[in-house]
Amino acid sequence: MSKRLLVRGNEAICRGAVEAGCRPYFGYPITPQNDIPEYMSRVLPELDGVFIQAESEIASINMVLGAASTGVRAMTSSSSPGISLKLESISYMAAMELPCLIVNISRSGPGLGGIDASQGDYFQAVKGGGHGGYHTLVLAPYSIQEMYDLTMLAFDLAEIYRIPAMILGDAVVGQMKEPLEPHPRPSRELPPKDWALRGKGDGEQRFIKSLYLGDGELEARNWVLHAKYQALKENECRCEEFETSDASLIVTGFGSAARIAKTAVMMARDEGLKVGLLRPITLFPFPEKSFATATAYCKKVLDVELNTGQMVEDVRLSVARDAEVFFYGRPSGTGSLPTPEELLEQIKKHY
Amino acid sequence: MQQVFKRPESLKDVQTHYCPGCHHGTIHRLVAEALDEFGLQKKTIGVASIGCSVFLYSYFDIDVVESPHGRAPAVATGVKRARPDSFVFTYQGDGDLAAIGTAEIIHAANRGEDISVIFVNNTTYGMTGGQMAPTTLLGQRTSTSPFGRKQDTEGYPIRVTELLSCLDGVAFAARAAVNTPKNLMDAKKQIKKAFRYQVEGKGFSFVEVLSSCPTNWGMSAIQANERVGKEMCDYFKLGTYKNTANF
Repeated sequence: MSKRLLVRGNEAICRGAVEAGCRPYFGYPITPQNDIPEYMSRVLPELDGVFIQAESEIASINMVLGAASTGVRAMTSSSSPGISLKLESISYMAAMELPCLIVNISRSGPGLGGIDASQGDYFQAVKGGGHGGYHTLVLAPYSIQEMYDLTMLAFDLAEIYRIPAMILGDAVVGQMKEPLEPHPRPSRELPPKDWALRGKGDGEQRFIKSLYLGDGELEARNWVLHAKYQALKENECRCEEFETSDASLIVTGFGSAARIAKTAVMMARDEGLKVGLLRPITLFPFPEKSFATATAYCKKVLDVELNTGQMVEDVRLSVARDAEVFFYGRPSGTGSLPTPEELLEQIKKHY
Repeated sequence: MQQVFKRPESLKDVQTHYCPGCHHGTIHRLVAEALDEFGLQKKTIGVASIGCSVFLYSYFDIDVVESPHGRAPAVATGVKRARPDSFVFTYQGDGDLAAIGTAEIIHAANRGEDISVIFVNNTTYGMTGGQMAPTTLLGQRTSTSPFGRKQDTEGYPIRVTELLSCLDGVAFAARAAVNTPKNLMDAKKQIKKAFRYQVEGKGFSFVEVLSSCPTNWGMSAIQANERVGKEMCDYFKLGTYKNTANF
Protein backbone atom coordinates (compact mmCIF):
# COMPACT_ATOMS: atom_id res chain seq x y z
CA MET A 1 0.00 0.00 0.00
CA SER A 2 1.32 3.41 -0.89
CA LYS A 3 1.85 6.21 1.57
CA ARG A 4 -1.15 8.26 2.59
CA LEU A 5 -0.99 11.96 1.76
CA LEU A 6 -2.84 14.90 3.25
CA VAL A 7 -3.84 16.97 0.25
CA ARG A 8 -6.51 19.32 -1.02
CA GLY A 9 -9.17 18.06 -3.38
CA ASN A 10 -7.84 20.21 -6.19
CA GLU A 11 -4.40 18.65 -5.77
CA ALA A 12 -5.97 15.17 -5.70
CA ILE A 13 -7.48 15.89 -9.11
CA CYS A 14 -4.06 16.91 -10.44
CA ARG A 15 -2.42 13.79 -9.03
CA GLY A 16 -5.15 11.61 -10.50
CA ALA A 17 -4.78 13.30 -13.88
CA VAL A 18 -1.01 12.88 -13.93
CA GLU A 19 -1.34 9.24 -12.86
CA ALA A 20 -3.89 8.76 -15.68
CA GLY A 21 -1.30 9.97 -18.18
CA CYS A 22 -2.56 13.49 -18.77
CA ARG A 23 0.37 15.63 -19.88
CA PRO A 24 -0.96 18.74 -21.53
CA TYR A 25 -2.94 21.04 -19.23
CA PHE A 26 -4.44 24.31 -20.45
CA GLY A 27 -6.13 26.71 -18.05
CA TYR A 28 -6.86 30.21 -16.88
CA PRO A 29 -6.98 31.53 -13.32
CA ILE A 30 -10.27 31.64 -11.46
CA THR A 31 -11.09 31.01 -7.80
CA PRO A 32 -11.62 28.45 -6.24
CA GLN A 33 -9.68 26.17 -8.62
CA ASN A 34 -6.32 27.97 -8.81
CA ASP A 35 -4.53 25.14 -6.99
CA ILE A 36 -5.00 23.08 -10.15
CA PRO A 37 -3.11 25.28 -12.66
CA GLU A 38 -0.56 26.10 -9.96
CA TYR A 39 0.15 22.42 -9.31
CA MET A 40 0.24 21.57 -13.00
CA SER A 41 2.63 24.46 -13.74
CA ARG A 42 5.07 22.97 -11.22
CA VAL A 43 4.71 19.29 -12.02
CA LEU A 44 4.07 18.91 -15.77
CA PRO A 45 7.35 20.44 -17.00
CA GLU A 46 9.25 17.84 -14.95
CA LEU A 47 7.33 15.10 -16.74
CA ASP A 48 7.99 16.51 -20.23
CA GLY A 49 4.40 17.65 -20.20
CA VAL A 50 2.86 20.90 -21.34
CA PHE A 51 1.41 23.62 -19.16
CA ILE A 52 -0.09 26.71 -20.75
CA GLN A 53 -1.82 29.51 -18.93
CA ALA A 54 -3.96 30.66 -21.82
CA GLU A 55 -5.25 34.14 -22.56
CA SER A 56 -8.79 33.11 -21.67
CA GLU A 57 -10.99 30.18 -20.74
CA ILE A 58 -12.07 30.11 -24.37
CA ALA A 59 -8.51 29.73 -25.61
CA SER A 60 -7.71 27.06 -23.03
CA ILE A 61 -10.61 24.78 -24.00
CA ASN A 62 -9.66 25.18 -27.65
CA MET A 63 -6.10 24.17 -26.84
CA VAL A 64 -7.62 21.09 -25.22
CA LEU A 65 -9.62 20.53 -28.41
CA GLY A 66 -6.45 20.68 -30.51
CA ALA A 67 -4.44 18.42 -28.23
CA ALA A 68 -7.30 15.93 -27.83
CA SER A 69 -7.66 15.71 -31.61
CA THR A 70 -4.20 14.12 -31.69
CA GLY A 71 -5.30 11.43 -29.22
CA VAL A 72 -3.44 12.57 -26.10
CA ARG A 73 -5.09 12.87 -22.70
CA ALA A 74 -5.66 16.58 -22.21
CA MET A 75 -7.48 18.62 -19.58
CA THR A 76 -8.59 22.03 -18.47
CA SER A 77 -10.14 23.29 -15.28
CA SER A 78 -12.17 26.32 -14.34
CA SER A 79 -15.05 27.51 -12.23
CA SER A 80 -18.63 28.35 -13.17
CA PRO A 81 -18.34 31.59 -15.23
CA GLY A 82 -15.25 30.15 -16.90
CA ILE A 83 -17.12 26.97 -17.77
CA SER A 84 -19.86 29.10 -19.32
CA LEU A 85 -17.20 30.56 -21.61
CA LYS A 86 -15.95 27.11 -22.56
CA LEU A 87 -19.35 25.73 -23.48
CA GLU A 88 -19.25 26.51 -27.20
CA SER A 89 -16.15 24.41 -27.62
CA ILE A 90 -17.43 21.68 -25.29
CA SER A 91 -20.36 21.38 -27.71
CA TYR A 92 -17.87 21.11 -30.58
CA MET A 93 -15.91 18.41 -28.75
CA ALA A 94 -19.08 16.47 -28.00
CA ALA A 95 -19.94 16.67 -31.70
CA MET A 96 -16.40 15.71 -32.74
CA GLU A 97 -16.38 12.86 -30.18
CA LEU A 98 -13.15 14.09 -28.61
CA PRO A 99 -12.26 12.67 -25.20
CA CYS A 100 -10.90 15.12 -22.63
CA LEU A 101 -11.38 16.18 -19.03
CA ILE A 102 -13.01 19.44 -17.94
CA VAL A 103 -12.97 20.18 -14.22
CA ASN A 104 -15.55 22.58 -12.81
CA ILE A 105 -14.77 23.56 -9.22
CA SER A 106 -17.95 25.54 -9.32
CA ARG A 107 -18.73 28.71 -7.46
CA SER A 108 -21.89 30.48 -6.46
CA GLY A 109 -23.92 32.45 -8.93
CA PRO A 110 -25.59 33.59 -11.05
CA GLY A 111 -23.33 36.24 -12.56
CA LEU A 112 -20.12 36.94 -10.71
CA GLY A 113 -21.80 35.55 -7.59
CA GLY A 114 -19.19 34.49 -5.09
CA ILE A 115 -16.70 31.75 -4.37
CA ASP A 116 -18.70 29.70 -1.88
CA ALA A 117 -19.66 26.11 -2.48
CA SER A 118 -22.59 25.84 -4.86
CA GLN A 119 -24.45 23.30 -6.92
CA GLY A 120 -26.07 25.87 -9.17
CA ASP A 121 -24.33 24.39 -12.23
CA TYR A 122 -26.09 21.00 -12.15
CA PHE A 123 -28.35 21.81 -15.08
CA GLN A 124 -25.48 23.32 -17.08
CA ALA A 125 -23.28 20.29 -16.49
CA VAL A 126 -25.83 17.54 -16.90
CA LYS A 127 -28.22 18.79 -19.56
CA GLY A 128 -25.57 19.85 -22.10
CA GLY A 129 -24.99 23.50 -21.24
CA GLY A 130 -23.91 24.52 -24.73
CA HIS A 131 -25.80 24.53 -28.00
CA GLY A 132 -27.19 21.78 -30.17
CA GLY A 133 -28.27 19.04 -27.77
CA TYR A 134 -25.43 16.92 -26.39
CA HIS A 135 -24.20 15.44 -23.12
CA THR A 136 -20.88 15.15 -21.41
CA LEU A 137 -20.07 12.47 -18.88
CA VAL A 138 -20.40 14.14 -15.44
CA LEU A 139 -18.84 12.74 -12.27
CA ALA A 140 -19.45 14.25 -8.83
CA PRO A 141 -16.82 13.36 -6.22
CA TYR A 142 -17.65 13.91 -2.55
CA SER A 143 -14.27 13.15 -0.96
CA ILE A 144 -10.63 13.83 -1.67
CA GLN A 145 -10.08 10.16 -2.50
CA GLU A 146 -12.89 10.34 -5.04
CA MET A 147 -11.41 13.49 -6.56
CA TYR A 148 -8.39 11.30 -7.36
CA ASP A 149 -10.17 8.09 -8.32
CA LEU A 150 -12.92 9.67 -10.41
CA THR A 151 -10.41 11.80 -12.33
CA MET A 152 -8.68 8.61 -13.49
CA LEU A 153 -12.03 6.99 -14.26
CA ALA A 154 -13.13 10.07 -16.20
CA PHE A 155 -10.16 9.82 -18.56
CA ASP A 156 -10.82 6.13 -19.21
CA LEU A 157 -14.55 6.51 -19.80
CA ALA A 158 -13.93 9.57 -21.98
CA GLU A 159 -11.74 7.44 -24.23
CA ILE A 160 -13.99 4.40 -24.23
CA TYR A 161 -17.04 6.45 -25.19
CA ARG A 162 -15.16 9.20 -27.05
CA ILE A 163 -16.87 11.91 -25.05
CA PRO A 164 -15.75 14.95 -23.06
CA ALA A 165 -15.89 14.19 -19.34
CA MET A 166 -16.52 16.63 -16.54
CA ILE A 167 -15.69 16.55 -12.85
CA LEU A 168 -18.24 18.70 -11.03
CA GLY A 169 -17.05 19.83 -7.61
CA ASP A 170 -17.04 22.99 -5.55
CA ALA A 171 -14.97 24.82 -2.94
CA VAL A 172 -15.78 22.24 -0.25
CA VAL A 173 -14.35 19.25 -2.08
CA GLY A 174 -11.79 21.38 -3.93
CA GLN A 175 -10.23 23.26 -1.04
CA MET A 176 -10.66 20.78 1.81
CA LYS A 177 -7.71 18.63 2.90
CA GLU A 178 -8.22 14.96 3.66
CA PRO A 179 -6.10 11.82 3.53
CA LEU A 180 -5.52 10.51 0.02
CA GLU A 181 -4.22 7.08 -0.82
CA PRO A 182 -2.63 7.40 -4.25
CA HIS A 183 -2.57 4.25 -6.36
CA PRO A 184 -1.77 3.34 -9.95
CA ARG A 185 -4.51 3.74 -12.53
CA PRO A 186 -6.56 0.53 -12.57
CA SER A 187 -5.82 -1.23 -15.84
CA ARG A 188 -8.72 -1.17 -18.26
CA GLU A 189 -9.04 -2.22 -21.86
CA LEU A 190 -9.17 0.87 -24.03
CA PRO A 191 -10.17 1.09 -27.68
CA PRO A 192 -7.53 1.94 -30.31
CA LYS A 193 -7.42 5.61 -31.27
CA ASP A 194 -7.84 5.04 -34.98
CA TRP A 195 -9.44 8.46 -35.27
CA ALA A 196 -6.56 10.55 -33.87
CA LEU A 197 -4.74 13.02 -36.10
CA ARG A 198 -1.01 12.43 -36.52
CA GLY A 199 -0.27 13.55 -40.08
CA LYS A 200 -1.58 11.14 -42.70
CA GLY A 201 1.75 9.38 -43.17
CA ASP A 202 1.30 6.59 -45.73
CA GLY A 203 -2.32 6.07 -44.71
CA GLU A 204 -5.59 7.76 -45.48
CA GLN A 205 -6.37 11.35 -44.58
CA ARG A 206 -8.17 11.81 -41.25
CA PHE A 207 -10.21 14.82 -40.28
CA ILE A 208 -12.23 15.78 -37.26
CA LYS A 209 -15.20 18.04 -37.82
CA SER A 210 -18.70 18.89 -36.71
CA LEU A 211 -20.11 20.47 -39.89
CA TYR A 212 -22.47 18.20 -41.81
CA LEU A 213 -24.50 19.76 -44.62
CA GLY A 214 -25.45 16.77 -46.80
CA ASP A 215 -29.00 15.51 -46.87
CA GLY A 216 -29.53 13.35 -43.78
CA GLU A 217 -25.89 13.52 -42.64
CA LEU A 218 -26.32 15.57 -39.50
CA GLU A 219 -29.42 13.73 -38.39
CA ALA A 220 -27.50 10.47 -38.70
CA ARG A 221 -24.64 11.95 -36.65
CA ASN A 222 -27.06 12.98 -33.93
CA TRP A 223 -28.47 9.46 -33.75
CA VAL A 224 -24.94 8.13 -33.33
CA LEU A 225 -24.40 10.51 -30.41
CA HIS A 226 -27.79 9.60 -28.96
CA ALA A 227 -26.90 5.90 -29.06
CA LYS A 228 -23.73 6.67 -27.14
CA TYR A 229 -25.69 8.48 -24.41
CA GLN A 230 -28.03 5.49 -24.20
CA ALA A 231 -25.04 3.14 -23.85
CA LEU A 232 -23.67 5.30 -21.05
CA LYS A 233 -27.04 5.12 -19.27
CA GLU A 234 -27.05 1.37 -19.69
CA ASN A 235 -23.49 0.65 -18.59
CA GLU A 236 -21.91 3.43 -16.57
CA CYS A 237 -24.33 4.62 -13.90
CA ARG A 238 -22.64 4.79 -10.54
CA CYS A 239 -23.97 5.63 -7.11
CA GLU A 240 -23.31 4.94 -3.45
CA GLU A 241 -26.01 3.34 -1.33
CA PHE A 242 -25.58 3.78 2.42
CA GLU A 243 -27.99 2.13 4.87
CA THR A 244 -30.78 2.01 2.29
CA SER A 245 -31.84 -1.64 2.63
CA ASP A 246 -34.26 -1.11 5.52
CA ALA A 247 -34.77 2.62 5.15
CA SER A 248 -38.15 4.31 5.56
CA LEU A 249 -36.70 7.52 4.16
CA ILE A 250 -33.86 7.89 1.68
CA VAL A 251 -31.85 11.07 1.58
CA THR A 252 -30.20 11.91 -1.71
CA GLY A 253 -27.77 14.54 -2.91
CA PHE A 254 -24.45 14.74 -4.70
CA GLY A 255 -20.98 16.07 -3.97
CA SER A 256 -20.54 18.28 -0.94
CA ALA A 257 -24.28 18.33 -0.12
CA ALA A 258 -24.24 14.52 0.05
CA ARG A 259 -21.31 14.72 2.42
CA ILE A 260 -23.25 16.84 4.88
CA ALA A 261 -26.33 14.67 4.32
CA LYS A 262 -24.37 11.53 5.16
CA THR A 263 -23.50 12.95 8.57
CA ALA A 264 -27.18 13.80 9.10
CA VAL A 265 -28.15 10.25 8.10
CA MET A 266 -25.71 8.81 10.65
CA MET A 267 -27.11 11.15 13.32
CA ALA A 268 -30.62 9.95 12.45
CA ARG A 269 -29.52 6.32 12.70
CA ASP A 270 -28.05 7.08 16.15
CA GLU A 271 -31.52 8.22 17.14
CA GLY A 272 -33.03 4.98 15.82
CA LEU A 273 -34.54 6.40 12.63
CA LYS A 274 -34.37 4.12 9.61
CA VAL A 275 -32.78 6.54 7.16
CA GLY A 276 -30.40 5.83 4.28
CA LEU A 277 -28.44 7.75 1.67
CA LEU A 278 -28.49 7.24 -2.09
CA ARG A 279 -25.73 9.33 -3.61
CA PRO A 280 -25.38 9.63 -7.39
CA ILE A 281 -21.71 9.57 -8.39
CA THR A 282 -22.41 9.87 -12.10
CA LEU A 283 -24.77 12.80 -12.69
CA PHE A 284 -24.83 12.02 -16.38
CA PRO A 285 -25.66 9.21 -16.82
CA PHE A 286 -28.06 9.66 -13.90
CA PRO A 287 -28.53 6.43 -11.90
CA GLU A 288 -32.25 6.22 -12.68
CA LYS A 289 -32.53 2.48 -12.06
CA SER A 290 -31.04 2.72 -8.57
CA PHE A 291 -33.72 5.23 -7.64
CA ALA A 292 -36.46 3.08 -9.16
CA THR A 293 -35.23 0.00 -7.30
CA ALA A 294 -34.78 1.77 -3.96
CA THR A 295 -38.21 3.40 -4.11
CA ALA A 296 -39.93 0.11 -4.90
CA TYR A 297 -39.83 -0.37 -1.12
CA CYS A 298 -38.93 2.97 0.42
CA LYS A 299 -41.56 5.53 -0.52
CA LYS A 300 -40.00 8.72 0.84
CA VAL A 301 -37.05 10.52 -0.70
CA LEU A 302 -35.53 13.74 0.60
CA ASP A 303 -33.30 15.48 -1.91
CA VAL A 304 -30.75 17.96 -0.56
CA GLU A 305 -28.92 20.39 -2.84
CA LEU A 306 -26.94 23.61 -2.67
CA ASN A 307 -29.39 25.32 -5.02
CA THR A 308 -33.15 25.85 -5.27
CA GLY A 309 -33.84 22.50 -6.93
CA GLN A 310 -32.09 21.06 -9.95
CA MET A 311 -31.15 17.38 -9.53
CA VAL A 312 -34.53 16.93 -7.88
CA GLU A 313 -36.10 16.98 -11.36
CA ASP A 314 -34.10 13.88 -12.32
CA VAL A 315 -34.92 12.27 -8.98
CA ARG A 316 -38.66 12.82 -9.58
CA LEU A 317 -38.37 11.28 -13.05
CA SER A 318 -36.56 8.24 -11.67
CA VAL A 319 -38.44 7.20 -8.54
CA ALA A 320 -41.38 4.78 -8.36
CA ARG A 321 -44.68 6.48 -9.23
CA ASP A 322 -46.06 6.23 -5.70
CA ALA A 323 -42.93 7.57 -4.01
CA GLU A 324 -42.95 11.04 -2.47
CA VAL A 325 -40.00 13.33 -3.21
CA PHE A 326 -39.24 16.18 -0.80
CA PHE A 327 -36.70 18.87 -1.48
CA TYR A 328 -34.51 20.94 0.77
CA GLY A 329 -32.10 23.37 -0.82
CA ARG A 330 -30.03 26.39 0.10
CA PRO A 331 -28.97 28.51 -2.87
CA SER A 332 -25.34 29.46 -2.72
CA GLY A 333 -23.85 32.45 -0.98
CA THR A 334 -21.76 33.14 2.09
CA GLY A 335 -23.31 31.48 5.14
CA SER A 336 -25.68 29.31 3.14
CA LEU A 337 -23.98 25.92 3.63
CA PRO A 338 -26.44 23.80 5.64
CA THR A 339 -25.32 22.07 8.81
CA PRO A 340 -25.90 18.36 9.54
CA GLU A 341 -28.28 19.42 12.36
CA GLU A 342 -30.29 21.46 9.87
CA LEU A 343 -30.59 18.45 7.58
CA LEU A 344 -31.46 16.16 10.51
CA GLU A 345 -34.38 18.49 11.22
CA GLN A 346 -35.54 18.06 7.61
CA ILE A 347 -35.20 14.29 7.92
CA LYS A 348 -37.37 14.31 11.03
CA LYS A 349 -39.90 16.60 9.35
CA HIS A 350 -40.47 14.15 6.49
CA TYR A 351 -39.75 10.83 8.23
CA MET B 1 8.16 13.01 -71.76
CA GLN B 2 9.13 15.36 -68.97
CA GLN B 3 6.28 16.56 -66.75
CA VAL B 4 6.66 20.27 -66.05
CA PHE B 5 3.39 21.06 -64.28
CA LYS B 6 1.05 18.98 -62.14
CA ARG B 7 -1.45 19.12 -59.33
CA PRO B 8 0.29 19.26 -55.94
CA GLU B 9 0.19 15.95 -54.04
CA SER B 10 -1.24 17.80 -51.03
CA LEU B 11 -4.30 18.89 -53.02
CA LYS B 12 -7.14 16.54 -53.91
CA ASP B 13 -8.33 16.18 -57.48
CA VAL B 14 -11.75 17.67 -56.78
CA GLN B 15 -13.76 20.69 -57.79
CA THR B 16 -14.00 23.38 -55.09
CA HIS B 17 -17.17 25.16 -54.01
CA TYR B 18 -15.49 28.56 -54.36
CA CYS B 19 -17.14 31.20 -56.54
CA PRO B 20 -15.64 32.07 -59.92
CA GLY B 21 -12.92 34.67 -59.43
CA CYS B 22 -12.42 33.90 -55.72
CA HIS B 23 -8.76 33.68 -54.76
CA HIS B 24 -9.13 30.86 -52.21
CA GLY B 25 -8.45 28.19 -54.83
CA THR B 26 -5.23 29.89 -55.94
CA ILE B 27 -4.08 30.35 -52.33
CA HIS B 28 -4.90 26.70 -51.57
CA ARG B 29 -2.66 25.72 -54.44
CA LEU B 30 0.24 27.86 -53.22
CA VAL B 31 -0.07 26.39 -49.73
CA ALA B 32 -0.20 22.85 -51.15
CA GLU B 33 2.85 23.49 -53.36
CA ALA B 34 4.78 24.76 -50.36
CA LEU B 35 3.78 21.67 -48.33
CA ASP B 36 4.95 19.44 -51.20
CA GLU B 37 8.22 21.26 -51.68
CA PHE B 38 9.17 20.78 -48.04
CA GLY B 39 7.84 17.19 -48.11
CA LEU B 40 5.37 17.97 -45.33
CA GLN B 41 2.15 16.32 -46.51
CA LYS B 42 2.52 13.21 -44.38
CA LYS B 43 3.23 15.05 -41.14
CA THR B 44 0.89 18.00 -41.54
CA ILE B 45 -2.15 18.73 -39.40
CA GLY B 46 -4.16 21.63 -40.81
CA VAL B 47 -6.55 23.67 -38.69
CA ALA B 48 -9.65 24.81 -40.57
CA SER B 49 -11.49 27.91 -39.40
CA ILE B 50 -15.05 29.10 -39.81
CA GLY B 51 -15.82 30.74 -43.12
CA CYS B 52 -15.59 29.66 -46.75
CA SER B 53 -12.34 27.83 -45.97
CA VAL B 54 -13.97 25.53 -43.41
CA PHE B 55 -13.94 22.75 -46.02
CA LEU B 56 -10.14 22.60 -45.96
CA TYR B 57 -10.31 18.82 -45.48
CA SER B 58 -12.28 18.48 -48.71
CA TYR B 59 -9.53 20.06 -50.80
CA PHE B 60 -6.26 19.26 -49.02
CA ASP B 61 -5.16 15.65 -48.74
CA ILE B 62 -3.84 16.10 -45.22
CA ASP B 63 -5.10 15.53 -41.68
CA VAL B 64 -7.38 18.40 -40.60
CA VAL B 65 -9.17 19.48 -37.44
CA GLU B 66 -11.99 22.00 -37.55
CA SER B 67 -11.86 24.92 -35.13
CA PRO B 68 -14.64 27.00 -33.60
CA HIS B 69 -14.89 30.54 -35.00
CA GLY B 70 -11.69 32.50 -34.40
CA ARG B 71 -10.02 29.90 -32.21
CA ALA B 72 -7.78 28.23 -34.78
CA PRO B 73 -4.53 29.59 -33.26
CA ALA B 74 -5.53 28.12 -29.87
CA VAL B 75 -6.47 24.79 -31.48
CA ALA B 76 -3.19 24.80 -33.41
CA THR B 77 -1.33 25.52 -30.17
CA GLY B 78 -2.90 22.42 -28.63
CA VAL B 79 -2.07 20.28 -31.67
CA LYS B 80 1.53 21.46 -31.93
CA ARG B 81 2.27 21.21 -28.21
CA ALA B 82 0.80 17.70 -28.11
CA ARG B 83 2.59 16.60 -31.30
CA PRO B 84 5.70 18.77 -31.69
CA ASP B 85 6.91 16.67 -34.64
CA SER B 86 3.92 17.52 -36.78
CA PHE B 87 3.69 20.50 -39.13
CA VAL B 88 0.75 22.68 -38.09
CA PHE B 89 -0.85 25.54 -39.95
CA THR B 90 -4.10 27.45 -39.67
CA TYR B 91 -5.98 28.89 -42.62
CA GLN B 92 -8.23 31.73 -41.49
CA GLY B 93 -10.24 34.54 -42.99
CA ASP B 94 -10.43 38.14 -41.81
CA GLY B 95 -13.80 37.79 -40.08
CA ASP B 96 -12.44 34.80 -38.19
CA LEU B 97 -8.95 36.02 -37.33
CA ALA B 98 -9.29 39.79 -37.10
CA ALA B 99 -12.63 40.01 -35.24
CA ILE B 100 -13.79 37.15 -33.03
CA GLY B 101 -10.34 35.56 -32.96
CA THR B 102 -8.28 38.65 -32.11
CA ALA B 103 -7.27 37.39 -28.68
CA GLU B 104 -6.24 33.94 -29.92
CA ILE B 105 -4.06 35.22 -32.80
CA ILE B 106 -2.31 37.85 -30.68
CA HIS B 107 -1.50 35.46 -27.86
CA ALA B 108 -0.46 32.53 -30.04
CA ALA B 109 1.83 34.95 -31.86
CA ASN B 110 3.10 36.44 -28.63
CA ARG B 111 3.92 33.02 -27.19
CA GLY B 112 5.90 32.39 -30.35
CA GLU B 113 4.05 29.16 -31.02
CA ASP B 114 5.89 27.13 -33.63
CA ILE B 115 2.98 27.23 -36.07
CA SER B 116 2.23 28.96 -39.38
CA VAL B 117 -0.83 31.07 -40.05
CA ILE B 118 -2.26 31.76 -43.49
CA PHE B 119 -4.54 34.77 -43.15
CA VAL B 120 -6.81 35.35 -46.13
CA ASN B 121 -8.10 38.92 -46.16
CA ASN B 122 -10.97 39.72 -48.52
CA THR B 123 -12.37 42.64 -46.49
CA THR B 124 -15.67 40.91 -45.84
CA TYR B 125 -17.44 37.96 -44.23
CA GLY B 126 -17.75 35.73 -47.28
CA MET B 127 -19.66 32.70 -46.11
CA THR B 128 -22.33 34.58 -44.17
CA GLY B 129 -23.14 36.82 -47.10
CA GLY B 130 -20.84 39.82 -47.24
CA GLN B 131 -21.13 41.60 -43.90
CA MET B 132 -18.66 44.25 -42.71
CA ALA B 133 -15.37 42.88 -41.39
CA PRO B 134 -12.67 44.60 -39.31
CA THR B 135 -10.68 44.83 -42.56
CA THR B 136 -13.50 46.38 -44.62
CA LEU B 137 -12.12 49.54 -46.25
CA LEU B 138 -13.51 52.99 -45.45
CA GLY B 139 -16.41 53.73 -47.73
CA GLN B 140 -16.83 50.08 -48.69
CA ARG B 141 -20.47 49.02 -48.91
CA THR B 142 -21.32 45.69 -47.32
CA SER B 143 -24.60 44.13 -46.23
CA THR B 144 -24.11 45.62 -42.73
CA SER B 145 -22.50 48.88 -43.85
CA PRO B 146 -25.00 49.64 -46.62
CA PHE B 147 -23.98 53.31 -46.78
CA GLY B 148 -20.26 52.54 -46.74
CA ARG B 149 -17.98 52.05 -43.74
CA LYS B 150 -17.50 55.24 -41.76
CA GLN B 151 -14.58 55.70 -39.40
CA ASP B 152 -16.71 57.73 -36.95
CA THR B 153 -19.00 54.83 -36.16
CA GLU B 154 -17.23 51.71 -37.43
CA GLY B 155 -13.59 52.58 -36.89
CA TYR B 156 -10.74 51.86 -39.24
CA PRO B 157 -9.72 48.76 -41.18
CA ILE B 158 -7.23 46.79 -39.09
CA ARG B 159 -3.80 46.09 -40.55
CA VAL B 160 -3.16 42.77 -38.85
CA THR B 161 0.28 42.03 -40.27
CA GLU B 162 1.65 45.36 -39.03
CA LEU B 163 -0.02 44.80 -35.64
CA LEU B 164 1.48 41.34 -35.17
CA SER B 165 4.95 42.26 -36.39
CA CYS B 166 5.29 44.47 -33.28
CA LEU B 167 5.22 41.37 -31.07
CA ASP B 168 8.55 39.84 -30.04
CA GLY B 169 7.08 36.36 -30.37
CA VAL B 170 6.58 36.73 -34.12
CA ALA B 171 9.45 35.38 -36.21
CA PHE B 172 8.06 36.06 -39.66
CA ALA B 173 5.24 38.28 -40.93
CA ALA B 174 4.46 39.25 -44.50
CA ARG B 175 1.59 40.43 -46.68
CA ALA B 176 1.11 39.14 -50.20
CA ALA B 177 -1.50 39.08 -52.96
CA VAL B 178 -2.31 36.79 -55.88
CA ASN B 179 -3.95 39.29 -58.23
CA THR B 180 -1.08 39.43 -60.76
CA PRO B 181 1.45 36.81 -61.90
CA LYS B 182 4.24 38.73 -60.16
CA ASN B 183 2.32 39.07 -56.89
CA LEU B 184 1.39 35.39 -57.08
CA MET B 185 5.03 34.36 -57.43
CA ASP B 186 5.91 36.61 -54.48
CA ALA B 187 3.06 35.14 -52.43
CA LYS B 188 4.43 31.65 -53.07
CA LYS B 189 7.85 32.76 -51.85
CA GLN B 190 6.39 34.32 -48.69
CA ILE B 191 4.37 31.20 -47.88
CA LYS B 192 7.45 29.06 -48.41
CA LYS B 193 9.48 31.31 -46.14
CA ALA B 194 6.80 31.12 -43.47
CA PHE B 195 6.76 27.33 -43.65
CA ARG B 196 10.55 27.21 -43.54
CA TYR B 197 10.43 28.96 -40.17
CA GLN B 198 8.37 26.11 -38.73
CA VAL B 199 10.34 23.40 -40.55
CA GLU B 200 13.49 24.74 -38.90
CA GLY B 201 11.77 25.26 -35.54
CA LYS B 202 12.29 29.01 -35.66
CA GLY B 203 8.92 30.11 -34.34
CA PHE B 204 5.66 31.77 -35.27
CA SER B 205 5.18 32.68 -38.93
CA PHE B 206 2.34 34.63 -40.50
CA VAL B 207 1.36 35.40 -44.09
CA GLU B 208 -1.57 37.63 -44.94
CA VAL B 209 -2.84 37.06 -48.47
CA LEU B 210 -5.19 39.62 -50.00
CA SER B 211 -8.06 37.91 -51.73
CA SER B 212 -11.02 38.81 -53.88
CA CYS B 213 -14.66 38.08 -53.12
CA PRO B 214 -16.50 38.89 -56.36
CA THR B 215 -19.85 37.57 -55.17
CA ASN B 216 -20.07 39.66 -52.03
CA TRP B 217 -18.39 42.68 -53.56
CA GLY B 218 -21.00 42.61 -56.35
CA MET B 219 -18.33 42.53 -59.03
CA SER B 220 -17.26 40.40 -61.94
CA ALA B 221 -14.21 38.20 -61.43
CA ILE B 222 -12.06 40.63 -63.40
CA GLN B 223 -13.37 43.73 -61.61
CA ALA B 224 -12.77 42.05 -58.25
CA ASN B 225 -9.24 41.10 -59.21
CA GLU B 226 -8.60 44.70 -60.21
CA ARG B 227 -9.97 45.96 -56.89
CA VAL B 228 -7.38 43.92 -55.02
CA GLY B 229 -4.60 45.71 -56.91
CA LYS B 230 -6.10 49.19 -56.86
CA GLU B 231 -7.85 49.59 -53.54
CA MET B 232 -6.59 46.86 -51.22
CA CYS B 233 -2.89 46.98 -52.07
CA ASP B 234 -3.05 50.72 -51.55
CA TYR B 235 -4.21 50.39 -47.92
CA PHE B 236 -2.74 46.97 -47.11
CA LYS B 237 0.82 47.39 -48.39
CA LEU B 238 2.47 44.24 -49.64
CA GLY B 239 5.86 43.25 -48.31
CA THR B 240 7.83 41.53 -45.59
CA TYR B 241 7.22 43.08 -42.18
CA LYS B 242 9.36 40.76 -40.09
CA ASN B 243 11.96 38.21 -41.07
CA THR B 244 14.07 37.47 -38.03
CA ALA B 245 16.12 34.70 -39.65
CA ASN B 246 16.63 36.65 -42.90
CA PHE B 247 15.21 33.91 -45.12
